[in-house]
Amino acid sequence: MTTIRATAATQRPISLFRNKAAKIAAIPMILTALVVFMGGTIWTVVFSFTKSRLLPKAQFIGLDQYERLWSSSKWGIAIENMVIYGLCSLVFSLVIGFVLAALLDQKIRFENTFRSIMLYPFALSFIVTGLVWQWILNPDFGIQKVVRSMGWESFSFDPLNNQEIVIYGILIAGLWQGTGLIMCLMLAGLRGIDEDIWKAARVDGIPAWKTYIFIVIPMMRAVFVTTLVIIASGIVKLYDLVVAQTSGGPGIASEVPAKYVYDAMFLSQNLGQGFAGSTMMLLAVLIVLIPWAYMEFGGRQRD
Amino acid sequence: MTEVTTLDTRLAASPGMVDGPRGAKPKRAISPRNVFIYGTLLLFSVYYLLPLYVMIVTSLKGMPEIRLGNIFAPPVEITFEPWVKAWATACTGLNCEGLSRGFWNSVQITVPSVVLSIAIASVNGYALANWRFKGADVFFTILIFGAFIPYQVMLYPIVILLRELGIYGTLWGLILVHTIFGMPILTLLFRNYFTTVPQELFKAARVDGAGFWGIYFKIMLPMSLPIFVVAIIIQITGIWNDFLFGVVYTKPDVYPMTVQLNNIVNSVQGVKEYNVNMAATIITGLVPLFIYFVSGKLFVRGIAAGAVKG
Repeated sequence: MTTIRATAATQRPISLFRNKAAKIAAIPMILTALVVFMGGTIWTVVFSFTKSRLLPKAQFIGLDQYERLWSSSKWGIAIENMVIYGLCSLVFSLVIGFVLAALLDQKIRFENTFRSIMLYPFALSFIVTGLVWQWILNPDFGIQKVVRSMGWESFSFDPLNNQEIVIYGILIAGLWQGTGLIMCLMLAGLRGIDEDIWKAARVDGIPAWKTYIFIVIPMMRAVFVTTLVIIASGIVKLYDLVVAQTSGGPGIASEVPAKYVYDAMFLSQNLGQGFAGSTMMLLAVLIVLIPWAYMEFGGRQRD
Repeated sequence: MTEVTTLDTRLAASPGMVDGPRGAKPKRAISPRNVFIYGTLLLFSVYYLLPLYVMIVTSLKGMPEIRLGNIFAPPVEITFEPWVKAWATACTGLNCEGLSRGFWNSVQITVPSVVLSIAIASVNGYALANWRFKGADVFFTILIFGAFIPYQVMLYPIVILLRELGIYGTLWGLILVHTIFGMPILTLLFRNYFTTVPQELFKAARVDGAGFWGIYFKIMLPMSLPIFVVAIIIQITGIWNDFLFGVVYTKPDVYPMTVQLNNIVNSVQGVKEYNVNMAATIITGLVPLFIYFVSGKLFVRGIAAGAVKG
């Protein structure tokens, strides 16, 4: 046993002593992974079962916080908004992103210019995005007023002050900021497809749209999965945009879960509700994440 | 003489070319297919460019012109007063110092955060790629999972952590938070890059007696400057644009620019000055826009590397 170990050590200089530097260097990562990410998550989940209000208090009350959470109308609206925003943003991001990428992939002129124009909003913060669109959608000065002053007096387009459609007003801004990124990822995916596939399809007389739907898109599975994960995590994180554009209004019509959690924790001294809300958000992410991780990493290990 | 006239006609024709990139030879260019492609792209370009245009135009108008006119109309009388006011005297409800304070706070937050997070993550990535030790993959997996956990879950535990460390509400607290949350994506970026560095190079250096830090500083660092630039781009834009951490982990006098911008524009007191608001909004967006337009392809590479490989 000792001889084997000794030879192993001479063959591969990665001995315990030498790797100490790497271990010391990895301490920040280990601390972040264990203390902040794991520890923090477990702490929040555990304290979501307590009666914490202004300060965290380890007085366990079972599922009371969750019952209160799900009976609160503000949380209900927040979840409903997240679902509407999520579905729309998923569909529109994928469709717009793919169509734009496919158009840019036609060996067109000014490709770089178009790409720069479509991607620059992604460099801007959600706060900037929200404030610009708040201004453009302003009923007294923005699109509504311009159309009315052109002669269509009864024209009405005021999403930010209409409880029914406020979430779509936020969606317009969200898509403006994020579709460029999706387009870029899709374009990278399209460029990764072998030119011969296109040639073969052309030789076989398959029309371009059919080639896209039946050959190219299935081949881009990995890209689609990645974009899906990115869009999904963006949906759950949606917060700044709402704060900047509507502050959750009119009334509570554009609340989202992330905002509910922030408000409960830092504004209304209701930590328990914040913890319960964030645990629900975590659950939502895990539902998406676990199958994805299983597919990605499970597959990767087999390679 | 003839040359001059051709030049003139060319100049006269050029504005039309600018707003419709239909190529030099109209015969070939105007096919239904091209009309569809460029038409759709132009339509979307309008959607993407409109807010930037409206921001700039509004910020250069006076308030009377805004009240009477059309938000899409170019300014009749250009004034830079809104910009000056947004920078120096706009009110947030707490103070009237404009965005300048937020700007300097953001600089003080962004610079150390970028340096610290990249230094730590590059060493992490290097250790994971070239000096694998037992259990390293477990920590790395947790780290990557952590990137997907909603921040809200970790907000309060970090408040407690920072309070224990005595840096809650200070710039350093926020810098630490940015370093922590930048770690997953950057570590992944560096790890993936360092694994592509030829192993022979690494082994040769080892034979020559170079250690962990020696190889890092003498071989890996000089070889991987592009990936460092990509990391810098990701971090500057990400940290500059952050709002949530700024509002949670700092106090009003050290608020970053995004938080201050939101407070200026959405403050309920006083008459709304839309031109000042838009000037403030542009000023806040200038830094990431500058990074974006200067870095060009590297920016795209950065998001592609960060996203696709993940």
